[in-house]
This record gives sequence, C-alpha cells and structure tokens, in this order.
Amino acid sequence: MKLLKLVPANTAFDFVGKRLLAFVMSGFLILASLGLFFTQGLNLGIDFLGGILIEIKTDGPADLGALRTKLGNLNLGDVTLQEFGAPNDVLIRVQKQDGGDSGQQAAIDAVKNALGDVVVEYRRTEFVGPTVGAELREAATWAVLMAIGAILMYVWFRFEWQFGVGAVIALVHDVITTIGLFSLIQLEFNLATVAAVLTIAGYSINDTVVVYDRVRENMRRYKKMPMAELLNNSLNQTLSRTTMTSVTTLLALVALYIFGGEVIRGFSIALIWGVIIGTYSSIWLAVPFLLYVRPRRGGEESEGEYSKAKAL
Amino acid sequence: MINISTRNRILIALVCVLGLLYAAPNFFAKDTFSNWPSWLPGQQINLGLDLQGGSHLLLEVDTNTVIAERLSGVEDSVRRLLRSAKIKYKGLGVRNLAVVFSTRDPSLTENVETKLAEEFKASTLDQFGSPTREVYVEAAGDGSFSLTLTEEAVSARIDSTVAQSIEIIRRRIDETGTREPTIQRQGKERILVQLPGVDDPERIKKLLGKTAKLNFHMVDEVNSQSASLRGSVPPGSMLVPSEDAGPSGQPENVLVRKRVQVGGDRLVDAQATFQDNQPVVSFRFDTVGGRKFANTTKGNVGKRLAIVLDKKVISAPRVNEPILGGSGIISGSFTVQEAQDLALLLRAGALPAPITILEERTVGPGLGQDSIDAGQIASIIGLIFVLIYMILSYGIFGVMANIALFFNIALILALLSALQATLTLPGIAGIVLTIGMAVDANVLVFERIREETANGRTPISSVDSGYRRAITTIIDANLTTLIAAVLLFAFGSGPIKGFAVTLSIGILTSMFTAIMVTRLLIVLWLRRVRPIKLPI
Repeated sequence: MKLLKLVPANTAFDFVGKRLLAFVMSGFLILASLGLFFTQGLNLGIDFLGGILIEIKTDGPADLGALRTKLGNLNLGDVTLQEFGAPNDVLIRVQKQDGGDSGQQAAIDAVKNALGDVVVEYRRTEFVGPTVGAELREAATWAVLMAIGAILMYVWFRFEWQFGVGAVIALVHDVITTIGLFSLIQLEFNLATVAAVLTIAGYSINDTVVVYDRVRENMRRYKKMPMAELLNNSLNQTLSRTTMTSVTTLLALVALYIFGGEVIRGFSIALIWGVIIGTYSSIWLAVPFLLYVRPRRGGEESEGEYSKAKAL
Repeated sequence: MINISTRNRILIALVCVLGLLYAAPNFFAKDTFSNWPSWLPGQQINLGLDLQGGSHLLLEVDTNTVIAERLSGVEDSVRRLLRSAKIKYKGLGVRNLAVVFSTRDPSLTENVETKLAEEFKASTLDQFGSPTREVYVEAAGDGSFSLTLTEEAVSARIDSTVAQSIEIIRRRIDETGTREPTIQRQGKERILVQLPGVDDPERIKKLLGKTAKLNFHMVDEVNSQSASLRGSVPPGSMLVPSEDAGPSGQPENVLVRKRVQVGGDRLVDAQATFQDNQPVVSFRFDTVGGRKFANTTKGNVGKRLAIVLDKKVISAPRVNEPILGGSGIISGSFTVQEAQDLALLLRAGALPAPITILEERTVGPGLGQDSIDAGQIASIIGLIFVLIYMILSYGIFGVMANIALFFNIALILALLSALQATLTLPGIAGIVLTIGMAVDANVLVFERIREETANGRTPISSVDSGYRRAITTIIDANLTTLIAAVLLFAFGSGPIKGFAVTLSIGILTSMFTAIMVTRLLIVLWLRRVRPIKLPI
C-alpha cells in the first residue's frame, strides 16, 4: 500500500531565510488584534459582564420581532434575541440589572412571565451576578497569566532561557491573535473561550517544544553548523510530524465544530484557530527567534554562566 | 526499548483489561449491570448538570446583618450596664463595626472599664476548650470607649450562621422532594446548591430567597396610626407594611408594638389546610411557645394580633377568645401553593440571615440530552476521521496506533468512572481534542522511525532508536500541556473544571498507550513477522 505523505520525505524549505516576511505578518496580526481589542472590544458573555441568558424552545418557528417587542416593554435595558441553531430555538440575553446581586432575580421572573405560553421548554437559564462576574474575570486573567508563566518556567528549566523566551513569544502571539479573532468576528467571549485559550497555549507550546527538542539535539550533534542552517534542518526534519499532528487534531476539532452542537461552537472555533496559529507560530516565530539570541551550544562555556559563577 | 520484560507485558495487558472493565458499565443501561457480580466495577461516569439537566445555584449569606445584630446586642448590654450603675454617658451607638460611647465624667473611665471587662469577660469556649473573648474593650483615657467584636468571635459567628443556613436550606429543599441535592459551603460565606433534574428552579429560588422569620406582635391600637404615618412613630411601636395591597392599591402600614409576643422559632409544626374554602396555614407551638401564646391571647381578648413574616404583616386578626391549645391558624389571601410554601418554610425554620443568589445555571433535560447526543456523534466521527487518516499515513503502524487509541479512550472512560469525576459538555470536547492529540506521541515515534530507516538502520534498530529519541520529546511536550490543564482545573469553575479533568486524564493515558501499548504491539509484530524492511 502506498502510504499517504502530506509532506515529502526530504524537504529543504528555507524557513529561517524568509523569517522577515513572517515577522511582518505576525507584527501586523498582533497590531490588528490589539487595535480591534481596544476599539471594537470583545463581545463579553454574561460570565464576565454579569447578566441573564435564557435559551427557550418555542412551539413553532419563533417570531423574533414579536418577542423582541414583548421583552422590550419590560424596561430591562439591553435585551438581545437570536436564533440558536434552529428556527424554534431562541437565545435571549438580558443585560446586568441595577440593584446589585439581588436586583437580578426579579428580571428573570419578569422575562419568564412575559414569555408565557410561547415557550415549550426552558432549555437553559443562566444568571451571573455582578460579584461573580467580576471574580470570574479576575480568575480568568490570572489563569492565562499563570499558565504563560508556568510554561515559561518549565521550558526554561528543561532548555535554556533563550528557548523559554522564544516559546513564550510564540505563545503570547497565539493568545493575542485569538483574542483578536474573537474581537473581529464578535463571537461571544466567555469562560469556555478562556478554557480554549489556555488549551491553545498548551497546544502551541507542545508544538514549539517538539521542534526545540530537535534544535537542541542538532546543536549537540553539529557543533560547527551555522545556526540558520541548523534551525532550517530541525524544522524540515520535524515538518512531517508537525503537519501530521495538526491534521489529526484539526480532523477531531472539525468533527466537534460540525456535530458538537451550538453550545460549544465558539469553543471549537477558538480551538481550530489555535491549532492553525499555534503550528504557524512554532515554525515561523519560535524557531527563527533563536537566531537572535544564540543559545549556548553544547560544550561551550557561555558568558552568562561564567559571570554567574563569578558572582557566587 | 524493544526488550519488554514479561512482567511489563503482563502489567500493560492488565492495565488495558482493567480499563475495559471499568469503562464497560458506561455502555449498558443502569439496570443491566446492577445484576452483574459485585466484584465487577459497576460505576458509570457522573454526568455534570449541563448534561443530565439540573440547576446550579451559588448563594451568599448576608453575614453583615448577623454581625450588625450582635453589635446592637452589645449596645443594649452597655446601655443596661451604664443605666443600672447610674453612670451618665453620651453618643452611645454603633459606628464602623464598633459600639462607641463616652462617659460624661472622664474620671469614671477606670470604673467603667472594670465593669465592661466583667460584663464581657471571656465566656465562650473555642474548639480547644479554652475560653475566648468575644468583645474587645478599648478605653481612650478621656472617657471615650470603643467595643469591637474580636476576629475569632466574628468568624465563629459567620461559621455558625453559614452552617445553620445550610441546615435550613437542606430542610427546605428536602421538603420539596428534590432528589439527591448537593449543598455545600464554598469559601467563607457562600453556599453551592446543585439540584440534578430540576429544570425550573423558580419555586426553589423563591423558597430560598425568603428568610421566613415569623413573629407575633400586638397591634398598637392606642396610638394614632395616621399620626405615625406622618412621621411621629411612638417609641415602643413600629410601622410594618402589610403583605397585601390595601384599598388604595398600595401596601398599607400597620402600627404594631415592637415587643415580640411569640416567635416562629417556637413552632413545631405547620401544615397547609382549608378553612371556609380558603387555603390557610395551621400551626402548633411547643410547650413554652404554647404557654406564651395562651398568655398573650388571654390578656388581649378583643385586640388585634399581627402575624409578621419577614417584616411584613400577613394578617392581623382580632383575638376573639383565649387560645389555650398552643395551635392556631394563619389566614391571608393565599393561593394553595402559597399556603403550602409558607407551611414548608415554617416547618423548615427561619434562615439566620438573608440570602442572595449570586449565580444560577440551569439546564433543561432536553438540552442536556441533545448535548450528550451531539458530543457522542462528534466523538465518533472525529475518531473515525483520525483512524482512517492514521492508517492512510502509516499503514500497519497506523493500525497499531489505532488499537492504542481505542485503549486510550477506554482508559479515559475507566478513569472518569473510577474517580467518579464529573463529565461536562466541555469535558466531552476535551475527549474529542484528546482523540486528535493522542496520536501525536505515536506520530512523533513513527516519524522518528521513518528517519532512522531512511538513515539505513535495520528495522529493529530503527524502532529502538525511534522510541529512545522520541521519548524525551513526548514527555516535554505533554508535560507543558498538562501544566495548562492543571491551571485550568485550579482556576476554572464547573464545566470548565470538567474540561481540565478530561484533558489531564487524556494526556496521561495517551502517554501510556503511545509509549507502552503501541510499543508492545510493534515489538510483538517485529518478533513475529521479522520484516527486512519497515513498511513505514
């Protein structure tokens, strides 16, 4: 049987030589992401903003206009309705109400009373009070920062600091551009998205570490090879694996996106994007970056180590 | 790497068999495997509320009111003490969580200090049995005093308030007939309530939202109610709004005596019943409460007795004759449901402090089942995609990786069942993601074997060095992902924790299956077939 090989056996792409192109592109992506984030912002879900989310099934195709008028008359501020996966499935979002945590329950009552008999089933009722919303926002930020910090520590411990910095640059790039994507398409950013971002961080670093491992191995083996050539070789040697793993993961994620249901669609999109950008950043950012910081080659005594030893 | 001892072979096989055994119950209906011999594992995966349907409520006990109540109790004691000692004082009140006052004569400072120290001497015992001080008395020297509750006293009071609240909440929820509720303390003043199977928690939320403090007060019929409404409420009385709207459409205010004749804590039973075709609540007092009630009604025949629930007058009937039996009836304009709920609340007892709902997540059974179905379909299709792709790419090696992937999924399900971890919708996503990523370790090894073969090594030597070289990479790569997963677990809540759990378990099992199971299969295959050239 002829085996399928997406990447031919002996590739010799000059990744490192074209690094400037990648740097420009990534720079653009990051600036655009930050620009979007600060101008357009994120479509924060109730997890972080506080508020009410109710998913209902109606007795027939829902008349969104009529429902909108009905709920609009309740004076609950911003109320949005959207079809959710099926014409008789409606997602209702009500903004955070005044009056602290206790002020919110009355609004849920009011909405449920107003909806009355069009509703066949309350599929979901979620309510997050302002206190919990603020706490979740804080916890999520910490989780992302801690994850990046912990990964930096691990890579630093296992490799050299240059690798750690390179890995984190790629990682931060992936996280920022994911946030940029969510800002661009205004997909709801909620707790599940944060989980997706952290998973992307894990995946991205996984990919980077595999290539770095090969770089380190080659550095030990070929002490005299020019760094650019060595990095290119490492990338080409691992290219088949990088592609292979990305494809299997993407296959599973695409299945999740198509068949996994409406509730985790945003989550799947974030992960799919993460796998693509994570693969890109390991190849085009994390590895070429090493060219500028020149990690110590096996056997040589580096300046840094020497001065540290003297200071002790 | 290609010599696997017999002992290790048996261990690997044992783990795989155990995995299958523990995963098995999940593929049968509950009553099927309950007939199995008891030595077989019989636990199914615990489904999260987002999959089985149910309600998650995060409540906060307003402990500030309890502390404020206690402080005003201290204020009362101080007032009584100073009055009985005939010491003149000024500015007695509660400010910034402290009872403050000053004596008119600063020379009395020492005298007052001794008296206060005597009044508030260490009296309660802490958990180790040594006396602890509840009130800390501070004298400024110029005759001004400040009394604060000690930190231990405050936290002990908060603890007991929350514990008592949990008890009352449990009683109320049990009375509604909800199956297997989880009620647990979270943090200092929060309570997490999980109600599987409840898809419309509105009634329970209403029941939890009521403090249900019931008191009987005499209506003040001596002083003018209309004068009080204009702002001059006589001391010893207070205005309490009525539960129902009066003729004007607004709730009327009733002037009642502040003194509590009998409290709801003396009730032993309450039931919803009918009187003149109206739903009412009948109640019965304990001995002490019954005697108090009898004395009250004996001395006040012809006067009105107000029934006050949570600072609202339910009704204020006239006492027609002394009620000596210790039981009575509360009538109001109740619906049947309201009468039942009031009876339930009175039976369960009053909450020691008001409760607010901070967070609610309710999933109906329909959406839960839909999510399970969608998750299953996505997992199976994702799995099929990956299986086909692996065979296309690696041939016989792909088949072996696929067998390992099969055991990997069995092990994930087995661990989830054995640990009784909760599977959530994001958790299913974690399994799907793991299916995609699990083959990575195999891919790393296979690519390495390809390289070694291309370098001209023999099949056995290629496999050996392929594994040897790939293993550090596999561990590094997986540990970094594991770090992210553990942080997700630490910071995430509810469903997200479920995702972190399956992701972490998936990482560990995929390392095992890729390094152990696939390797064993390849080694067995190498020994049997003895290929001259590896088909990779």
